[in-house]
Amino acid sequence: MRASMPERPAALTHAANILRPDAPLVSIQDVHKRYGRDEVIKGIDLDVGAGEVLALIGASGSGKSTLLRCINHLEEIDAGRIYVDGQLVGYRERGGRLYELAEHEICRQRERIGMVFQRFNLFAHLNVIDNVIEAPVQVKREPRAQAVERGMALLQRVGLEGKAKAYPAQLSGGQQQRVAIARALAMRPRLMLFDEPTSALDPELVDEVLAVMRQLADEGMTMIVVTHEIAFARDVCDRVAFMHGGTILEQGPPSDMLVNPRNERTRAFLSRVLGDRRASS
Amino acid sequence: MKAARGTGAARRVVPRRHPWRMVTSVVVCAVLAWLAWSVGTNPKIDHAAIARYQFAPAILDGLRVTVELALLAEIIGVLLGTVLAVMRLSPSLVLRLSSGFYSWLLRGTPLLVQILLWGNLALLFEHIGPFNTNAVLTPFVASVVALGLNEAAYMSEVVRAGIISVDPGQHSAAQALGMSRMLAMRRIILPQALRVIVPPAANQFISLLKATSLVSVIAGGDLLTQAQNISSANLRTIELMLVATFWYLVLTTVTSVAQFFLERRLRRANASVHA
Repeated sequence: MRASMPERPAALTHAANILRPDAPLVSIQDVHKRYGRDEVIKGIDLDVGAGEVLALIGASGSGKSTLLRCINHLEEIDAGRIYVDGQLVGYRERGGRLYELAEHEICRQRERIGMVFQRFNLFAHLNVIDNVIEAPVQVKREPRAQAVERGMALLQRVGLEGKAKAYPAQLSGGQQQRVAIARALAMRPRLMLFDEPTSALDPELVDEVLAVMRQLADEGMTMIVVTHEIAFARDVCDRVAFMHGGTILEQGPPSDMLVNPRNERTRAFLSRVLGDRRASS
Repeated sequence: MKAARGTGAARRVVPRRHPWRMVTSVVVCAVLAWLAWSVGTNPKIDHAAIARYQFAPAILDGLRVTVELALLAEIIGVLLGTVLAVMRLSPSLVLRLSSGFYSWLLRGTPLLVQILLWGNLALLFEHIGPFNTNAVLTPFVASVVALGLNEAAYMSEVVRAGIISVDPGQHSAAQALGMSRMLAMRRIILPQALRVIVPPAANQFISLLKATSLVSVIAGGDLLTQAQNISSANLRTIELMLVATFWYLVLTTVTSVAQFFLERRLRRANASVHA
């Protein structure tokens, strides 16, 4: 099996460098992550340019979500480096070793990295507008009136300005996820991480969320999207990376990767996912 | 509606009879009536004395002290209990163990013993810092401290249960937005934990209201202390216990009503938590 992936990391990094439209906003270098004795990320190298939209695909358990959570240090890493916007995330390097940063420093770094979760994770005790302004007001000390004004504009952008006073439970899953996107945008992030943003949605609600994400991509937001929506990856993303067993097996532009996967596992995964989609629609 | 079709009477549903329900209801009512009648007409109970002492200044003074004791102890209990709960959930082993040790010690010993210990602390330490122990630790202060520290041990468990009932995703979301642990706890986790915390906390408070009566052993000046002072002078023991009972029931009833409204409000605000 091993023999069927010749010189994979070097070749792929090289390809990524050619594809890169700009200096990388995100640079992941030889990252390893273990849970106990179980290594879930096995030395990943990945660059994402400013304005680039990257889809991370792969079966569940392949390490996609864990990798995403390492990028804003929700998960600690065991080795390697992750840079976002030129800053080493979560650590300070001294003498070749990594020392974890103080909490307030990590919080500062996270401010510029938005994240959207599979299960929305809206603050259940706050209404929609309060969800959106919570972090700007409490973390950035933005004046409340100004935060509300910006928050309303963001809600308008995701088509939910009429729901500002509603509580999360009164919204559909699709509406909740759009609020979650507005909430993340309220911190003016340089990078947006999406962790299977449509996986918990009823099929008829998927499109409204993808439309918001598409709009965001068109506006030039840098995005890393863990997704099973192959159509979204094909239509919106600049590059697709396929993860398997804690490594990136194959990556490239969607027109190439999704149509002509070189790796056998990628092919098997794609045919399975696309088959599911056809069967369910 | 459909039953109206055809011969209505023939299609009617006849519920099963429950003869034993009738029997037990009659028995229970009879027992209650007998109890009320025997207390109300017992010639050995001086009903005039009850009426006389129900609103006596000494009793009302004791009632005030009981309310003060319960409220102050509850404040200590909630604040310290929350700190202990957060410690219990901390990644630090030392904090976890010391919080566990605190609960083990204060839940594992009788409250009456703790009250006696605090009330007699002067026997152990004559001075606390520059102060005379007996001057600082008056019976009232000793009572508040004993009740509050004990309450904290129980409240820490209640708050801990509330915190772990909140979806971990809420914490991830708060962190991802750049909120510190403390900020997330205060703004996101604890407000949602309240829904789970309030019912057992109200239960605790009702226990506490009644537990204040234990401070009569160190002359805490509470309702029971006052009732006992009076009854030891006039020997109307039962009458004064009935006077105190009435007031304890008033306090716990008020608490229960407050709990009802508080829970209703939290339910409305938190309608979304487990949708």
